Amino acid sequence: MRSFTYERAASPAEAAAAAARQAKAKFIAGGTNLLDLMKLEIETPGHLIDVNGLNLDTIEPTPEGGLRIGALVRNTDLAADPRIRRDYGVLSRALLAGASGQLRNRATTAGNLLQRTRCPYFYDTAQPCNKRKPGSGCSAIGGFSRHLAVMGTSEACIATNPSDMAVAMRVLDAAIETVKPDGAARTIPIAEFHRLPGETPHVENALEQGELITAVTLPKPAGGRHIYRKVRDRASYAFALVSVAAVIGRHGEGRFAVGGIAPKPWRMQAAEAELPRGAKAASAALLAGAKTTHDNAFKLSLVERTLGAVLHEARG
Amino acid sequence: MTAPVAITLTVNGERLTRLAEPRETLADFLRRDLGLTGTHLGCEMGVCGACLVMLDGTPVHSCLSFAVQADGSAVETIEGLTESAAVTDLQQAFHERNALQCGFCTPGMLVTAQGLLARKASPSREEIRDALSGNYCRCTGYEAIVDAIETVARRRAASREELPA
Ligand SMILES: Cc1cc2nc3c(=O)[nH]c(=O)nc-3n(C[C@H](O)[C@H](O)[C@H](O)COP(=O)(O)OP(=O)(O)OC[C@H]3O[C@@H](n4cnc5c(N)ncnc54)[C@H](O)[C@@H]3O)c2cc1C
Ligand code: SF4
Ligand code: FES
Ligand code: FES
Repeated sequence: MRSFTYERAASPAEAAAAAARQAKAKFIAGGTNLLDLMKLEIETPGHLIDVNGLNLDTIEPTPEGGLRIGALVRNTDLAADPRIRRDYGVLSRALLAGASGQLRNRATTAGNLLQRTRCPYFYDTAQPCNKRKPGSGCSAIGGFSRHLAVMGTSEACIATNPSDMAVAMRVLDAAIETVKPDGAARTIPIAEFHRLPGETPHVENALEQGELITAVTLPKPAGGRHIYRKVRDRASYAFALVSVAAVIGRHGEGRFAVGGIAPKPWRMQAAEAELPRGAKAASAALLAGAKTTHDNAFKLSLVERTLGAVLHEARG
Repeated sequence: MTAPVAITLTVNGERLTRLAEPRETLADFLRRDLGLTGTHLGCEMGVCGACLVMLDGTPVHSCLSFAVQADGSAVETIEGLTESAAVTDLQQAFHERNALQCGFCTPGMLVTAQGLLARKASPSREEIRDALSGNYCRCTGYEAIVDAIETVARRRAASREELPA
């Protein structure tokens, strides 16, 4: 691993300012994604700013009747929080469907949102990859692409966002609160947080250099059945081929977002409007314009079937 | 190389100060600098669970943490858990039930088991399996490990009931 210097930040504003001062600085939270990528020298920060001591680890009610989740709340604690379990069940279930208990003990809310793709060629530093090395080409297009995306891709990159948590947050209309190096705070709706690859697959989100996530807010609870269903190659401890996060009402109406098929959690109003007509109609609307490879066309019918199972569960 | 920094932490009940280079993982620090080789390194990427230790009472991967991040924390390794007799009953049950063969995964298994039973006194077999999904064992086929943990959960529950109120 490349060497780097290390500091512990004293406040969110100081952490952001410190990150802007140093070229190649990065924040470290749980470290469960960053350390892995640093060992492989896919990430090579020259300076690490540890944000674990920033007291951003509480879950508080908001004046609007929602919850404000600190950026450093661990995935284990978020999934187990009684308010999350009661009012935002889809989020708790999505978290518990991800990684392992021991990883969730360490993984944080912000780190989970920012975890990088699991595209096998992104990890294989001997292969071209536009995300890892802009302009070098994409090995997945025409390569082994069973896990890769069918929506929102570009000629440059077809990687998926691997987070389970983000899919549930998308269906809950979460928002990301940040502080910038100049001290200015802003709120980014999750729909606008992750970026599509276009010509610049190495740009993955709306954050500026040094911008620190301080919290994720959830609006007032949405009534309905909260369901998270994840389909993977084995029963536990694997990333999703397809996952569906849904909040479904009494008459089959509601909202849903799909994971494992795009560079960000995939959700469309037009598809939700079709929900009362069933999984076939809703998934057809969601997947209009899909671009599949020789390896991953199965995801189209897998989305329909997974959504079908979710709607069935919602009726039961 | 970046200059080592001084860190102070409690390892297995003993408070100590050492120099650590920022890029040194907690696993390497425990094994190389402190000689605590009961913490094993398998995949070094958070998959196999051989490197699990208790960090402030919670099981975490020492391969995915930097030693400098543990400054001010309390770490317990399998050596400490053994010495304090916290896992003696688990070790006994693993032995009785043949829940280890080569033993490479065992320290991590014991840390997971101890963490699970601290959180949940009487887990179901399903819950035990779920808790072990981040611990790989190439030898036993897991069934014996689940049995051993289930046995200890029962024994601990029974001994709690026998205690006078
Ligand atoms: C074996 C394995 C299996 C896994 N399986 C799954 C799975 O099935 N589903 C799933 O969803 N995930 C899975 N994961 C991924 C896991 O969820 C992530 O590694 C974890 O959520 C990352 O959180 P962290 O706090 O450790 O992030 P870190 O590794 O600390 O950081 C990740 C990134 O976020 C940045 N960052 C951290 N905090 C902030 C902040 N406050 N503001 C701005 N930037 C910040 C860091 O600079 C870094 O770039 C798996 C991981 C492993 C190792
Ligand atoms: S899909 Fe994206 S991440 Fe994967 S090889 Fe192509 S450019 Fe790299
Ligand atoms: S060595 Fe840490 S999980 Fe495998
Ligand atoms: S006993 Fe050999 S790996 Fe588990």
